[in-house]
Amino acid sequence: MSNLPNELLKPGTEAPDFCLPSTPDQKVSLSEFRGKPVVLAFYPADWSPVCGDQMSLYNEIFSEFKEFDAQIIGISVDNIWSHLAFSKHNKLKFSILSDFEPKGQTAKEYGAYREKDGVTERALFVIDKNGIIRWSYLSPVGVNPGADGILEALENLE
Amino acid sequence: MSVKKGLSLPVGERDWVTGPENARITLVEYGDFECPQCGKAYPAVKELLADFPEDVRLVFRHFPLKTIHDNAENAALAAEAAGHQGKFWEMHSMLFENRFNLEPDDLFSYGTQLGLDSVMFEQDILEKTYSKKVTEDFRSGVRSGVNGTPTFFINGDRYNGLFYKWDLSEAIKKYLK
Repeated sequence: MSNLPNELLKPGTEAPDFCLPSTPDQKVSLSEFRGKPVVLAFYPADWSPVCGDQMSLYNEIFSEFKEFDAQIIGISVDNIWSHLAFSKHNKLKFSILSDFEPKGQTAKEYGAYREKDGVTERALFVIDKNGIIRWSYLSPVGVNPGADGILEALENLE
Repeated sequence: MSVKKGLSLPVGERDWVTGPENARITLVEYGDFECPQCGKAYPAVKELLADFPEDVRLVFRHFPLKTIHDNAENAALAAEAAGHQGKFWEMHSMLFENRFNLEPDDLFSYGTQLGLDSVMFEQDILEKTYSKKVTEDFRSGVRSGVNGTPTFFINGDRYNGLFYKWDLSEAIKKYLK
């Protein structure tokens, strides 16, 4: 707990590993994806009232991420049952992980936790195949950051 | 940064355009025929074109959020199919005015109402004849920072205001000064 960053982890930093639940009986670790790029998308909450929200957009461009052989992973502090319902409702094609217990621990390790609101920031990380952060971006919490920045970062990995 | 980007794909021959060719303002809309917000913006945009008949032309590009809107992709394909029979904008209006009824049979009946060759029209939808164009539109939107619908660009700059006629008008007037 002692070495938590006070801002978003920067490019060049090794991405902290994590092991978080994706379903009630399955967990996903970052290290499982070593060898391919990973896009980590921290977002504040499952049920946001915006039409075409951030996770739905990533769902639509899932095939483009695949062209870079990249894995996209969503993370919020919502519990796993909320994630299951949200994922089903939006027909998500990728995993969303629950940073629920200890609450926000992974987000804190990435410098992507909003203490005062008790939720994760809207923060994006592109991690290369060796587990090094190559791009990070903090979006205003109410603004869906889109996907152009992620795609550019993935292009720059090559 | 990423959300302030302009239009990545310039308006060209590939696009559906309505309004005068030499208009000083080109308004590009990335939209989804099943999206409630696009449906609300539609009358505002229509009135805007009527208010600035010489100065504004509109380009419509598809941004169907097809996993949350079941009929959005078919509706986009229908507009393209109608376009290839010379009636893109007629179908564009038809779809927005009937955005709660976009099942395949509804689409087919709109084709008939517009006097399209119904065999060709239905086939173009079912066989996704113009899906490459729809995907190109969508990807150009993603690259331009489009993160939801509708998203407008005025002369290539992203518009971040509300979708009411007054707000859009004021933004356009600034470009006309």
